[in-house]
Amino acid sequence: MKKQAWYRGLAIFSAALTLIFVFVMSQREVKAAPASGAGITGTIKLEGTAPHQRPIDMSKEPACAAVHKANPVTTENVVAGSGGGLKNVVVYISEGLSGSAENEVASSKPIWDQKGCQYIPHVMGLNPNQHFEVTNSDPTSHNIHPMPKPGGPNHEWNKSQPSGAPPIDNTWQAPEVAIHVKCNIHPWMSGYMVVVKGPYGVSDDSGSFKIENVPPGSYTLTAWQETLGTQTQKITVAAGKPATADFTFKAK
Amino acid sequence: MGKLLAVTLVVIAIASAVPIVAHIWVPPADISTHGYQIDEQLSDTMVEAGICFLAAQIVLGVFIWMFSGRKPGARVRTFPGGAKGLVGAAFVLVGLEVLILGAFGKKAWATIYFTPPAADALPVQVQAGQFAFYFRYPGPDGKFGPLHPDKINEANQNIFGLDVDADKDSKDDIVTAEMGVPINKEIHLLMHAKDVGHSFYVRELRIQQDFVPGLDLSLHFTATNVGRYEIVCTQLCGLGHYNMKAYLNVMSQPDYDAWIKQQATMQ
Repeated sequence: MKKQAWYRGLAIFSAALTLIFVFVMSQREVKAAPASGAGITGTIKLEGTAPHQRPIDMSKEPACAAVHKANPVTTENVVAGSGGGLKNVVVYISEGLSGSAENEVASSKPIWDQKGCQYIPHVMGLNPNQHFEVTNSDPTSHNIHPMPKPGGPNHEWNKSQPSGAPPIDNTWQAPEVAIHVKCNIHPWMSGYMVVVKGPYGVSDDSGSFKIENVPPGSYTLTAWQETLGTQTQKITVAAGKPATADFTFKAK
Repeated sequence: MGKLLAVTLVVIAIASAVPIVAHIWVPPADISTHGYQIDEQLSDTMVEAGICFLAAQIVLGVFIWMFSGRKPGARVRTFPGGAKGLVGAAFVLVGLEVLILGAFGKKAWATIYFTPPAADALPVQVQAGQFAFYFRYPGPDGKFGPLHPDKINEANQNIFGLDVDADKDSKDDIVTAEMGVPINKEIHLLMHAKDVGHSFYVRELRIQQDFVPGLDLSLHFTATNVGRYEIVCTQLCGLGHYNMKAYLNVMSQPDYDAWIKQQATMQ
């Protein structure tokens, strides 16, 4: 009798444990791992000839003028790369992202460098609340002045960064396409921070871009260029299959 | 104690006059046709003010020496007629001095500001803005196109706000970051500020003129020495004021012609 009761107790205990385990597991939220390789790639082309980019005379800042003595720099409003590619275009998913994918913040911390009295990169993509660092690689002071739309959720700021000063770490609260950045000391310095939700890509010299970790689904892609405006197209991404999207901007 | 103060005063006064009399700190050589007048005026002022300064310090020292260590109860002698006459005489003296300086200085000032530039003077426009100077040359047509402040776009290097497509006078305008001028040629400088008050100062040219927002000011000068000189802003204009400068490049006529041609290709 006594032995039987002991077995029964064990059986009931095990059954209860199993039930609890099943219940706990069923309550746990499982995050779908991004399908590997489901990226969007493509090329941005420029149709027609790029508008004339004026050379920049930096003689006011001799240290920077010396850097560019052999290769004078020009404005970077439209940078046509090799093979008709268009550089510095930000491509992002403007519609169709699920809530969790939309709110994911990239963990990387991009660097916005001031080098040779230019912004490197000229255009930078960011997620809201993604940290970025502003560095100064020049022997001269800079004054970084990003100018989000007045009255919006992002606030304008204006900080001096002497040579050798520690990096400035900052974030943008809300999406904004795009935030113009200028230097108050060197009027020719100009760049853009593009704050978008979800994964994004920025086109390189050859005009190609890559957006990684896109969950399967149907989306609207938007490509933004600082002077040529925006373009959109629909795209469907299947699980594990890379998708492609090309854009062509017309030179004004 | 009083005698020590008297001696210290006189020693400091004489010591501070030594570097000036000995010409230890001389201004950079003048490179303009009008600059000698400014230099003359400055040295006249320095001599006059220096003599007054030394005389005043020495007289003060002498009085301190004479009246230090008086015995208690010693009678104080007063100036006959009280201090009124003395103060009145001092007012007249100082007023005369300022008037005389002004009368002599007027000539230098008038030759720079009250004479029109020669008809063949080369017009150069300078725009001061936080925190850089930019220059505009009228190009072959000799005419400046109109300015459209709403079109100013520094990212595009449209510093002056020109509308090259609509204004035919603007088409050949040449905008530069450095001021190139030919030697021995009169320059008619047309000045305007984009934002706040600034100043155009070239030590070697003996020119210092403020920019006043909303006012078009002009002056003229002739540079007589080839070289590269600094143009600095001498009116506190904001955070980047310390870094607000440009260069004045005085060149021979052929060098200038080549330079302006090269600048024209960069527009």
